[in-house]
Amino acid sequence: MIPMNMVTPLPELAAITALQSKLVSALRPILPAHALLWEAEDTIPYECDGLAAYRRMPLAVALPETEDQVAQILKICFDMQVPIVPRGSGTGLSGGAMPISQGLVLSLAKLKKIINIDPFTRTAVVQPGVRNLAISEAVAHLGLYYAPDPSSQIACSIGGNVNENSGGVHCLKYGLTLHNVLKVRGILMNGEIVEFGSLAPDSPGLDLLAIVMGSEGMLTVVTEVTVKLIAKPKLARVIMASFDDIEKGADAVAAIIAAGIIPAGLEMMDKATTRAVEEFVHAGYDLEAETILLCESDGTPEEVAEEIERMTKVLEQAGASGIRISQNESERLQFWSGRKNAFPAAGRLAPDYYCMDGTIPRRNIGTLLRRIQGMEKKYGLACLNVFHAGDGNMHPLILFNGADQEEWHRAEEFGTEILEACVELDGTITGEHSVGIEKINSMCVQFGEGERESFWGVKAAFDPEKLLNPDKAIPTLNRCAEYGRMRISGGNLPHPELERF
Amino acid sequence: MSNSKSSTNMHIDLFREQILAATKTKTPLSIQGGGTKSWYGNANTFTTLDTRPYSGILEYQPEELVITACAGTPLKEIETALAEKNQMLPFEPPYFGDTATFGGAIAAGLAGPGRISAGNLRDFVLGARILDGKGQDLSFGGKVMKNVAGYDVSRLLPGSMGTLSLLLEASVKVLPRPAATTTLRCHISQARALHLTNEWAGQPLPLSASCWIGSSTDGDGELTIRLAGAAAAVKAAIPLMGAAVHAIELDPKAAEAFWTNLREQKLPAFQNLNSNDTLYRLALPAACVPVTIAKMSDEIILEWHGQQRWFTAPGDDATFASIKALANANGGHATCFKQGANVDPTKQRFTLLSEHTHSAALEAVQARLRASFDPAGVFATSRLP
Repeated sequence: MIPMNMVTPLPELAAITALQSKLVSALRPILPAHALLWEAEDTIPYECDGLAAYRRMPLAVALPETEDQVAQILKICFDMQVPIVPRGSGTGLSGGAMPISQGLVLSLAKLKKIINIDPFTRTAVVQPGVRNLAISEAVAHLGLYYAPDPSSQIACSIGGNVNENSGGVHCLKYGLTLHNVLKVRGILMNGEIVEFGSLAPDSPGLDLLAIVMGSEGMLTVVTEVTVKLIAKPKLARVIMASFDDIEKGADAVAAIIAAGIIPAGLEMMDKATTRAVEEFVHAGYDLEAETILLCESDGTPEEVAEEIERMTKVLEQAGASGIRISQNESERLQFWSGRKNAFPAAGRLAPDYYCMDGTIPRRNIGTLLRRIQGMEKKYGLACLNVFHAGDGNMHPLILFNGADQEEWHRAEEFGTEILEACVELDGTITGEHSVGIEKINSMCVQFGEGERESFWGVKAAFDPEKLLNPDKAIPTLNRCAEYGRMRISGGNLPHPELERF
Repeated sequence: MSNSKSSTNMHIDLFREQILAATKTKTPLSIQGGGTKSWYGNANTFTTLDTRPYSGILEYQPEELVITACAGTPLKEIETALAEKNQMLPFEPPYFGDTATFGGAIAAGLAGPGRISAGNLRDFVLGARILDGKGQDLSFGGKVMKNVAGYDVSRLLPGSMGTLSLLLEASVKVLPRPAATTTLRCHISQARALHLTNEWAGQPLPLSASCWIGSSTDGDGELTIRLAGAAAAVKAAIPLMGAAVHAIELDPKAAEAFWTNLREQKLPAFQNLNSNDTLYRLALPAACVPVTIAKMSDEIILEWHGQQRWFTAPGDDATFASIKALANANGGHATCFKQGANVDPTKQRFTLLSEHTHSAALEAVQARLRASFDPAGVFATSRLP
C-alpha cells in the first residue's frame, strides 16, 4: 500500500557478494536445497514485511524445517558474526522483519506443527509458524480457544505474536499474548536451547519470559510456544451505540469501565470511518453519528443478559443517540463487519494509507481525536480513526497518495506528530504493533538516554554480540542525537514543552 | 494524597546517596518496606534501605483501571482506596503483616488465591520507576494497558526480591470487584479434587479460586471453591457444580475469613512450624498428580487447582534436594518458603536455574542482566539466586 522509497543505499557490492557466497556455502550442508534462497528473484518476497515502505534485500533467506536446523543456522551465523532477522508470517506493521543487507533472514514459517493439545490442562504446544487462528480452529471441538485475536489472525503466526506481544479486539477482557503464553522455548544467538517460563505458575530466578515477550526478535529465536487455552464463551452479543458528539462517545467508554464492567470488546469508530465502511459492508451503521461504539459481552446466557442490560443503561445515561443490540450471531458479525473492514475500506478511499498505533489513557481519547482533526488541516490529509477504545489503543489511518513523494513525506510527519501527542497525553508510541524500524526515532521521544542504555544492557544480556535483529526497536544514542538535531533544524520544535533527550 | 514535588526529590536523592555510598564501600543493600516478608528468600546481613519514607498514592482514576503509587505506600492504603471505588488487586497479594508495602508486594511477587483465574502479579504491572545500581532515575512501561515500546523491564521486577534495582513507583492495573461471590465446600479425595477443579476450569464457569486441604497419603479432604463474577453466572454455576459433588455453601463472612487466612497462611495447617522443619512450596503444572515425599507432614494444602502446594518436612539439604528433584521431574520447581528456628538460615532456599531443565544456559543471561542494572552488586543479589 505504501510506496517503495526507503531503499537503503547498499555498502560495497563486491564485499556483499563475497559474504553472501561464504554464508550460502556454510548453510548449504545443513539445509535442504529448497530451504535456502539467495538469488534476488527468490529473496525479493522477503525484502519487507507488512510495512512495505521500508525495504532491503538480505544476503540470503533460510527456511529451516526443524529446531535442530535453527540451532545450527544460529551457530554458523554466530561464528561468522552475520546478523539474523527472524521472520514469521511477515504481517508485522512496523518493519520489525525488515532485512539487514549483510544479514540472513531466518523464516520460521516452515515450523508449523501443532505438537500437542491437552484439554485437561487447557494448553497447546505449537511451533512458531502456526497461525494464530489455526490454534483456535484446532481446539474448537473441545470447547476451547486461544484468546488473543489480532486483526491479522488468519495469517499472523504465534511466533510473531510472542515477539510483538500482540493484542486484538478482545484483549481488554482476555489480555495480550503475554497473559496467554505459559512457556517459550527458544534458541539463543550462540545456539543454546533454553526455555522461558513453564507449565507451572512460576519458574526459578528472574521472570525472563516477561522480557522475552514483545522483544521483537532481538533476544531469542522462538522455536516452540505453549499457550493457554480458555473455555469458549457460550454466547456473545454486541451493542452498537451512536453518539452525536465525539466527546460524549469517549466519556461513555470511561463510564462503562467506571461502572465496573469489563466488556469483551469495546471499540470506537469515527464518522469518516463509518461512512467509508458502510459503503463497503452495508452493516447498517448510523451515518449521522459522530462516533459509534461497539460493546461486546460474552459468557453464559445469564451473564450476557445481565451485562447487556447494565451496559445499555450506562450508554443511555452517557447520552447515546441510538442503541442497537445484536439479536443473533449473524447480526453480531454484521455489526462487527465494518470495524473489521476498516482497513480495506480505507484502501478504497485513497491509493495508500498509513496505519498508526499508539495508546493513551482513556480519558484523553476525546482530546487526541480533536488534535488529529487539527492535524488533518495542517497536513492537508484525511484520517480515519478506529480505536480499541476500551484500552485506549488507537489506529488512525492516514490517507495519502504514495505516487507523490511529497505527500508520503507529509503522511509520515502527520504520523510522527500523532505519536508525539500520545506521549504528551501520558501514553505510548506503540500499543500493539511494536517499534520495529518504523518508530525507532519516536523511541528517542518516549525514552531518555538512561532507559535506552538499559535496553541495550538487556539486549547484551541475551545477545552480547548484538547479532539478533540488531537494528530494530532500540535506537542508538547517535541515532537519537541525529534525530534531535533534525527535528530542531526543521523549524520549530513541535511541543517544546515536552521533555526530550 | 501524594508527596509534594520537593519532598519527592528529597527522598529520591537520599536513596541515590545511599546507593552511591554502598557502591563506594562495597556494602550491599537489602531493600525493605514494612519488613513483613523479610524471612522470605535467602538470608542476608546487608545494610537495610528503608523504602517507607517514599510513600503515597500518586494517581488513581478508577475509570482508567490503573493505580500509581510509591513503593513505600502501605499495601493497606492501596487496597482501601481501591475498595472505596469497588475495585481490587485481582492477584490478591499476601500481606504477612499489617505494615506490608506496595513495593514489598511487587518485589516478592507473591499472589493469593485469585492468581489461578486472574493471573500473576507481573501480569498486572504496567510501568515502573526505578533507581538502578548507578543511581540513575529510570522509567519503563507506562500507565496504559497496551504498550510495546522497548523491552518490558517493569515486568522483570515482580519477584526479583529487590535484586535488580530499587523500585520507586509502580503503575498497576486494577479490576472491578466481582458483582457476586459464593464459596462452596465439599469432602473429596485429593486426586478427585485435582481432576474436578481442572475440569471445571476448562468450562465457561466463574471459578475464581480453589483450595484442597487433607492428608497427603489418602482419604478425603476438604475442597473449598470460590465462584465470582456476574450474579447470574454465579447463581447458574452452583447447581452445575453441585451435580458433581455434594457441596454446601459457606456463610459469606466465614468464606471471606477462610480465603484471607489461606492467603495470609493463618490456617492451622500453616501454623506452628516445627523448629527443625521447613514449609515447602511446590509450583507445578496443572496435570501433576498427588505427590508425596518421605518424612513430609501428613497434611498438604493445594491451591490454584493444584498448581501451588504447601507442606512441611525436615529442613535439611537432603530433604530439599529430593523435593527439588520431585518438582523438576514433574515440570515444576520447589522453594523453602519459611524455615523453622533451628534450620540453617544460610542455606540456599530456591531451585537454581542450573538444577532446572533447559534453564542452565539462562544463568549467564541472568548474571549479565543483573550486572547491567546493578554493575557494582549493590542490590543484595544473593537474596534470589
